[in-house]
Amino acid sequence: MNAPMKLHLWRRYRFCASHRLHSAHLGEEENRRVYGKCNNPLGHGHNYVVEIAVSGPVNQATGMIANLSELDAFVEREVIEPFDHTYLNEEIAEFRENVPTAENICIEIFNRLRRFPQATLERVRVEETGLNSFEYAGETAGGNHGHQK
Amino acid sequence: MVYLTRKMEFSASHLYHNPAFSAEENRRVFGKCNNPHGHGHNYVLEVTVAGETDPATGMVLDLKELKDIMQREVSDRMDHRFLNHEVPELSGQIPTCENIAAVIWRLLESKIRRGQLYRVRLYETPDLFVDCYGEASGASALRGAAR
Repeated sequence: MNAPMKLHLWRRYRFCASHRLHSAHLGEEENRRVYGKCNNPLGHGHNYVVEIAVSGPVNQATGMIANLSELDAFVEREVIEPFDHTYLNEEIAEFRENVPTAENICIEIFNRLRRFPQATLERVRVEETGLNSFEYAGETAGGNHGHQK
Repeated sequence: MVYLTRKMEFSASHLYHNPAFSAEENRRVFGKCNNPHGHGHNYVLEVTVAGETDPATGMVLDLKELKDIMQREVSDRMDHRFLNHEVPELSGQIPTCENIAAVIWRLLESKIRRGQLYRVRLYETPDLFVDCYGEASGASALRGAAR
């Protein structure tokens, strides 16, 4: 029997949503200066790409870290269904308080997915456009090992 | 430390089937991937080697050498093959992306003499891929955690 390997299983998802970058901590002019076009009061949207990495022992019977249909169903329920085709600022409770920058979206997705029961969430990567991307691996180095089975 | 990555594609077929499961359980667990005729993918392999640059050449290792190793160890074994039946290293295992990536790591690790194999990334589709960092308890795992 071969020694167990350190493996991350990555899966890519998509959702489309609008947002407006506007901070309650800043004045109108300051908001316009800091966020530029993204401060447009009517909002604007993106086709977001979300990549998530999970780790854990490979089940010898299935050859898998996690059953993809269970992972897909979990991500769909926790993130894609609530986020897709919404105005994030109004329709996602966390973004009524926090500005829905891609950084905060990345952290919020991580926090929602860390409860996945079948594997350990390692990393979330969000592409807001093809030209910028953001990654979050939790506050502890190497991922969310507090939830390791 | 510099990380150098070389990409390669290969095409292969496979199916997921565990003989210890009933026919119904195989269909339930593996879904479409249990089709007894198999199905295929264009796999994309990215191999990352970490090392210091040789002052004389400015290289971690000669890319041509890495390309040849990947061709010989991976492509010659797996390209245009039915992975379940034609790749002995996978026999007795379900040829999932996880297991194929681990096999590729083992095939490459000892062949790379300059620098150290850091990561094997294997795309089964653009939406599903696996990173392998070597044995979970070895030095490579520490490198992975420190990344």
